[in-house]
Parts: sequence; structure tokens; C-alpha cells
Amino acid sequence: MIRRECMRLPVARWGVSVGLLVALGGCSALGHGFLAAAGPVATHERHLFLIVSAILVFVAGPVLLLTPLFAWHYRLGNADDAYRPNWNFSWWVEALIWIPPIGIVVVLAVLLWTWTHIDDPYRKLPGAAPIEIEAIALDWKWLFIYPDEGIATINQLAIPVGRPVHIRLTSATVMQSMLIPRLAGQIYAMGGMTTELNLAASRPGQYLGKNTQYNGAGFARERFTVLALPGAGYQAWLGRVHAAPRMLDQTNWSAVAQRSVAPQPVFFGTVQPGLFAHVLAKTGGSDSAGTMHGMPMTAKDAR
Amino acid sequence: MNTPVWPLLLGRFEWRDLPFVRAILDPSASNLVGAFAGGLVVVGAIVVALVLTRYGKWRYLWSEWLTSLDHKKIGILYIALAFVMLSRALVEAVLMRGQQAVAINTPGFLTPDHFGELFSTHGSIMIFFMAMPFLTGLINFVMPLQIGARDMAFPWANSVALWLTAGGAGLMMASLIVGQFSTGGWTGYPPFTEVAFSPDVGPDYWIWAVSLGSIGSTMAGINIACTLYKQRAPGMAFMAMPLFCWTSLCTAILMIFAMPPLTVATALLALDRYLGFHMFTNDLGGNMMNYANLFWLFGHPEVYILILPAFGVYSEVVSTFSTKELYGYTSLVLATMVIAVLSFTVWVHHFFTMGQSANLNAVFGIATMTIGVPTGVKIYDWIWTMFRGEVRFTVPMLYALAFMMTFVLGGFTGILLAMPPLDYLVHNTLFLVAHFHNMLIPGLLYGMLAGYHYWFPKAFGFRLDEKWGRIAFTCWVVGFYLAFMPLYVLGASGMARRTHEIFDPSFRPWLYVAMAGAGVLFCALGSLFVQLVVSIRNRDALRVFAGDPWDGRTLEWSIASPPPEYNFAVVPNVDGRDIFYRRKHAEHQAPPYAEPYAYEDIVMPRNSASGVAIGVFAAVSAFGLIWHMWWLGVAGAVVGIAALVTRSFGRDQHRILLAADVAREDRRWRAALAEARSISRHTEMTTANQGLAER
Repeated sequence: MIRRECMRLPVARWGVSVGLLVALGGCSALGHGFLAAAGPVATHERHLFLIVSAILVFVAGPVLLLTPLFAWHYRLGNADDAYRPNWNFSWWVEALIWIPPIGIVVVLAVLLWTWTHIDDPYRKLPGAAPIEIEAIALDWKWLFIYPDEGIATINQLAIPVGRPVHIRLTSATVMQSMLIPRLAGQIYAMGGMTTELNLAASRPGQYLGKNTQYNGAGFARERFTVLALPGAGYQAWLGRVHAAPRMLDQTNWSAVAQRSVAPQPVFFGTVQPGLFAHVLAKTGGSDSAGTMHGMPMTAKDAR
Repeated sequence: MNTPVWPLLLGRFEWRDLPFVRAILDPSASNLVGAFAGGLVVVGAIVVALVLTRYGKWRYLWSEWLTSLDHKKIGILYIALAFVMLSRALVEAVLMRGQQAVAINTPGFLTPDHFGELFSTHGSIMIFFMAMPFLTGLINFVMPLQIGARDMAFPWANSVALWLTAGGAGLMMASLIVGQFSTGGWTGYPPFTEVAFSPDVGPDYWIWAVSLGSIGSTMAGINIACTLYKQRAPGMAFMAMPLFCWTSLCTAILMIFAMPPLTVATALLALDRYLGFHMFTNDLGGNMMNYANLFWLFGHPEVYILILPAFGVYSEVVSTFSTKELYGYTSLVLATMVIAVLSFTVWVHHFFTMGQSANLNAVFGIATMTIGVPTGVKIYDWIWTMFRGEVRFTVPMLYALAFMMTFVLGGFTGILLAMPPLDYLVHNTLFLVAHFHNMLIPGLLYGMLAGYHYWFPKAFGFRLDEKWGRIAFTCWVVGFYLAFMPLYVLGASGMARRTHEIFDPSFRPWLYVAMAGAGVLFCALGSLFVQLVVSIRNRDALRVFAGDPWDGRTLEWSIASPPPEYNFAVVPNVDGRDIFYRRKHAEHQAPPYAEPYAYEDIVMPRNSASGVAIGVFAAVSAFGLIWHMWWLGVAGAVVGIAALVTRSFGRDQHRILLAADVAREDRRWRAALAEARSISRHTEMTTANQGLAER
């Protein structure tokens, strides 16, 4: 599987530097990360990574050169250099060490401002109307509800290639963080609150998603697959899930929310409408006995 | 085995809480490691006690060290504590690297919870019980000597602060022997650390250990700042202070303002856990975002609390070993102040991914990058200090050079992480882990080790072995690159931090390299201990009794090594920076070692056992609260408070050293000074060095 994905890497698209990087590490580690971006958000963020890295070479470079150069040239044993033990100030040097760094930070600040707004996880992606997903973080698995389809899955998120996806997240347990490195950056999922993430896949493939915020013994195994499918494949997948016999509602919710690892994806052909809002209001799992304290809470928005 | 043994007396203690019992019931590798660690603590304590008894050193230890209010001895005790805790936390790091290197598609040898305890104790110890004691100890020892003071402003509070910190460290050690530690990481984020998800004693150990440490650090901060404001020798204006004093001052100010939010955060979490409050729970109005803000309101300035003292050490070291005045003193002071102020404006960058607006993230991102400017200026100031100097490659200078070149790489990745869109990608991954180790190992550890080598001869009167110093240095640098550069790659590949099991075989080579690096770092620590033993055995050859082995520039080098209890027989008059160097090298009308006209009686604080009592009984009380042994919690608190009250009614807290005795001791040193052979800078690393610089 990993090997097949390597063939599809966009070697030509992002210039020689990335090409080399991916080619060298292609089938190895870096192929799992954002350098092998497979969606518009991660690609745009990778672009920023390359620009900033190029600028920073000019920040780190002089220090890496001058430190050994000065230390060696002005060593005690070298009698050929000038020794000025009382020289301790020069306006020229002062200007040189304050002004260029400030200039670089100003340039970086402009980049930062622009990119932060474009890659704001809450910003809707351009294009068709997004697929709506509701993601609920559980210990130690992810539940994805497709409210428009009335279906849900555990640990498998299928999306159609090229179509924007809008995910609303909450947690039925402790704070978690959802990261699909090849598609987009991460966002926290917190009990009683919703956060949002917009992403899309530009190429078909299987991408790894995970929780990056430690949440106990099953943390390392809390991984899910994102299936980026072409239109027809996506419809077929929806059909398969619709056909699944299992249903998800408030009565079997506490069984689903139990602490456990889900080695295989689980499909729910029917989901009780409003389950996400229900979980949000009750912030299930906060009470070890499984009962909810009275007083339903109004959903707080993280914004 | 699963029921409380005797709840009224022992709270929630069960036999299973002893790692030895767990190892017998289920002799898995993970439990054996736990039992071995617990056993090591117990056996270590017994061996120390036996050795002290065998050589009859209990009284000496108690009256000369533990109860001493001498800032130098308190400083040395802090650093000894830091080395003990460093050893434990480094071994834990090696275990974690070992687990990750073997646990590729297999569960490895540590259970997930044991791994969770390891990364939590590793982080908590390295920050609160290695870094903080090390820098506090170094400031404690050096700063009063540099400003010509005889002690800190509040010698007794100094002892209380030390013992509160030691009490916290004691709780960390106790968690090895009884119960288990938190698995919530060094940040202890709720709701994971709330009773609903972590009902065990672990988070309570974390809460109380960190609380004691944070209260101790707040007190230390107040003490350091007041000493610098009020105790400077006559004539020492602020702008005549050595740069280490400036960075100490900024660190102290940060401690005063940054530690209380942590104390508040842990106290609120304690209310949740003990009294059923809902500060940070999911339900009933709790909100963990408040915790994140409080924690990082402490946590970010903390980074600069850790790094600024090292910047001070580097300023002293680079100037001394370049045989040259510090370049851009005013710039450095200004940059330090700017860093201290800006450090309070960037905390949100620790949770860019919490869903706040792009505007907010952008503002905090830009503020974060802005700190890069004064930090860069500092690096350049040290580079220009070497310019047209005569650089000597002693061990402290090697650390300084390695720091400059390594730290800039950490700054590089720091700017990347300051960009919110890039932080979204690598937050919570090993990229972040690599970044902060890339800042703190050169920016804190190398600095502290440079300071340790630089001032060790001042503290003990003999130099540290040069050869073993270089071996240790090489291991620290090589080990760092091997252990942490692979983590950048793994983080960029999406590997989450705190992962105890790996499912991507392509990560294997990088994890192996990192494991090897951890091994080299372990050798580095070993080399430091070997160096200490070798140096003590060769102390007669390494002796620098005259007190100035490095042709030093500041006041601490103008007195004997080790300095007398009162530091200065006569408090010096200062009229500018580098006063001692200018006197030695005839740039000043006064000679360097002028004999005073007259000696006077000196008033010094008497020893006090109350600092020890307060620290120890605070820890005992905390231990009672952790285990729900309520009687012990109350009893410990009562005894601790009683010690405080007793002390405040004490009258006879000072003693007078007679002028004649001071004069005798001072003249004895002057006689030795007259005998000493002066040396040139070419031979300072040889046994010819007796601590008298050639003029």
C-alpha cells in the first residue's frame, strides 16, 4: 500500500527541492507527512514551509559561518590577528545586528498574517458545497457521522476526491487533536465545545489520520484511515455503509463510548439525528459512572 | 491485594501500590523495570545513610550544609539536587527511546501506562527539578559574589525555598517507591488529569510536587530580585553589573510574575480532584481552556526563566575566554529586558490548534517571531565579542560555541512553529519535541554545564579535569544531534509525541539513530561523574587557591577559592564594569589585591533548622494528601507551620565574626597569594595554574 502511494507523489509539481526530498525519503518516513501533501490545504501549508525555510537560511547561515570562523581566527595561538581587548561597541555593527533581523521578521510577519488567514481551519474551501462531517473523539477511536446521509463510521473517513469537506469536532471524553498530515493541519476536539476543520483531497488514496494528544493507554492505536475516493467509488462506499445493519442511537451510545481500541472500522447504517448535539450537550464520558449530571449545558463554541 | 490496607491510617494505599509487589504478582519486563527503579531509590538511600554513619558525617552534613544559610552552600545543594534529578530523568529518556526503537509493530517492553509515567516524570523533573534547581543554584552561588555582597537579601527564605524544592523532588522520588506517577505529561492537561479519567494517585503526585517547586521558585525569585536591588557593593550602578546579574534579575522578575499562575492552575486542579469542583471538567461549567491559558501564562515565561541565566553564563564565559570586553553590553541588557517583557505576550502559541480566530493566532505568532530579534542580537553580540579577541578553547568556551551553533537551529524551527499554519501540521508531533530539546539542551543544559565548569574552581578551590570535561562535552554535543535531529524528520512525517507503539516500519532507522543518541547522552552524564571523581582525586594538582584561574573580570575572582563564609573581608568599592580585570591589567589606578586599611566585625546569619523542617514537613503533608491519609496531611502542615512560627519568634539569629579573626583569615590567603606562581593564558589548562593570572 505504501509503495503504491509513492508512485503517485507529485514529484514534478513542487520543484526540485521537494522532489529530491520525497525521492530520497519517498517510500520511507517523510512520505507519511505533509511534505507528501495530497490536498490543497496541506499543499498550501507546505508551500509556506518551503518559503520560510529558504528565508531562514539567511538567518541561521551567518551564525553558523561566523561563529567557527571568528573563534578559530581569533584564537589565542594565532599571532597574526589584531587584538583589541577594549573594543566593545560600533554603531555599524549595532545597525547590522538589529536592522536586518527586524526586516526579516517584518517580511515573515506579512507571510504569517496572510497564510494564517488563508489556512484558517475554519475557512470554507472554495468549490462545490462541502461534505458535512461530524467527528466525535472517543477513547480510543474516532466516530464520524455523516448527518446528510444519516450514517456513521468508526475509524474510517471516506471523502470524495476534489470536493471540500467541512468537519465539526467535539470530544465525548478528554481533549484530543485530529491530524491527517497529508491533507491538513490539526485541530483540538474538546468536550462541550465544537471546533471546525476544512480540508479536501486532491488525489485518490488512503491517508492516515490520528489523535496527537495523549489520552491514555490506547493512544498509540488511535488511528483512522481517510479514504479519498473518486466520485463513483465514494457513492459505492456510501451504499455499503447504508447497507450496514448496525444502528447508532442514545441507547447504545454508552457501549460505543466505552474505552476501547477499534482495530477494524465499524459502520452504522442508521444514526439517530441530532446525536452530535446530544453528545455536545451532555459531554458524555465526563462522568465515570456513565450517568450525566442534571443541568444540560448550552453548547459552547470555541470561538 | 486490591483493597486499601488500613484506610484510616494508610488512606488509599494497597499492597499493589508497591512496585515490588506488582513485580512479584506479574513479573513482566515493565514491572521489573519499575521494581528495579524503586529498589534503586531505596538501596541508594540506605547506602548513603550507611556511608554517613560509617564515617560519622551526619553532624557535619547537618550543621555545615543542610541547615546552613550561606548562599554559596545553598547554591551548591541546589546544583547537587539538579544532578541527582538529571540522572534519573536522563535514564528515563533512554528507556523511552529504547521502547520506541523496539516497539515497531510489537508492544515493546513497557506497558502504555508505564511509558506514560516515564514521559510525565521526565518532563516534570527536567523542568522543575533539574533546570530550575540548577539555575537557581548557580544564581545563588555566583550572583552575590559578583555584586560584592555577603549574602542574599533573605538568607532564611533562601533556605526555605531550597527545601520546598527538595520536598517536591522528594515526592517525585516517592512516586517510584509507592503508587504511580501521572500519565498526563509535564503539562498535566485536564480533563485527562481529572478524577473521572485519572482516579489514581498519579496526578496528585504531580500537583503537589509541582506546587512545592513553584512556591519555592517564587520565593527564590523574590530573593534574587531583592538582593540585586539592595545588596550591591557601593558604587556598583545597575549598568556596572556583570551581565550574569542582569539575566538573573530578569529571570527573577519572570519567576515572581510567572510562577503564581502555575500555583493557581495546580491549586484549582487540586480543588477539582479533592473537593469536587468543576474548574476544568467537561461538564457543569468546567472549561479546560482556562487551564491551558493559566498553564502557559506560566509556561512560556518559564522558557525564558530557563534560558536567560544560561545567556548570562555565556556572556561571562565568552568575554573571559576571548580575553576581551563584552561587545554591546547595553544592547545585551536591552535585549534581555525586551525578551523578559515579550515572554508574557506569546503564550497562545502553545495552543494555536485550539480553534481561536486567525487574527488571534496571527498576533501571537508575530509576537513569537519578534522575540527572535533580541535573541539573535545576543548571539551576534557574543560573536562580535570574539572579534579581535584571543579565544581560548576551554570547556566552558566549547559549550558556548556549541550553544551558538546549535541554538540557532532551534531558533530556525522555532520560527517555523511560530507560523500557525505550520504549527497545525507539526504541533504535538516529534517535530515539536525536537524543537524544544533543541532550545533547552544548548540554551539551558550547555549553559549550566559551562557555568559548572567555570565556577567550580571558585566553589571548591580546584579545577575540574580538562580531559574528561572534553569527553563529556563531545558526548553531549554528538548525543544531542543523534538523538534529536531524527525527531525532526519523524515529526515532519506525522509521528505524534508520547507514542509508545509504532506502526510505520519506515520510522525504524530514525528511531534507531535517536536511540543511539540517547545512549551517547547517557555516556555524557557518566563522563561528568567520572570527571568529578577524577578531579577530586587529583585535587591537589588542580588546586587554584589564589582564586583566579581564568584571568577573570568580575569581583568573584578577586577573592580566595573557596571564598570565606562572608565572601569579602572588606566590601569592595566599584566604579565600573570588569573592575577586577582593569585593576589587574593596570587600566585602573588601584592594584588588584590591595590590602584593606582596616577590618571590621561582620554580622552573619546563624544556621537554622526551620527551613529544612518547613520543606520536609510540607512534603510530608503533601504525601498525606496524595494518599488520602488525612491525619498525616494535617500533622505535616501543623508541624511545618509550627516551624515557621517558632522561627519568627526567634531572637538570636545572627552571630558576629570578630575583626581580628577576619583579618587573620584574610592575611593567610594573602600570604598564599604572594607565594603563588602567576601563569600566562597559554598554560591555564595545566597544573601550573594556581589561580594567579600573569599581568
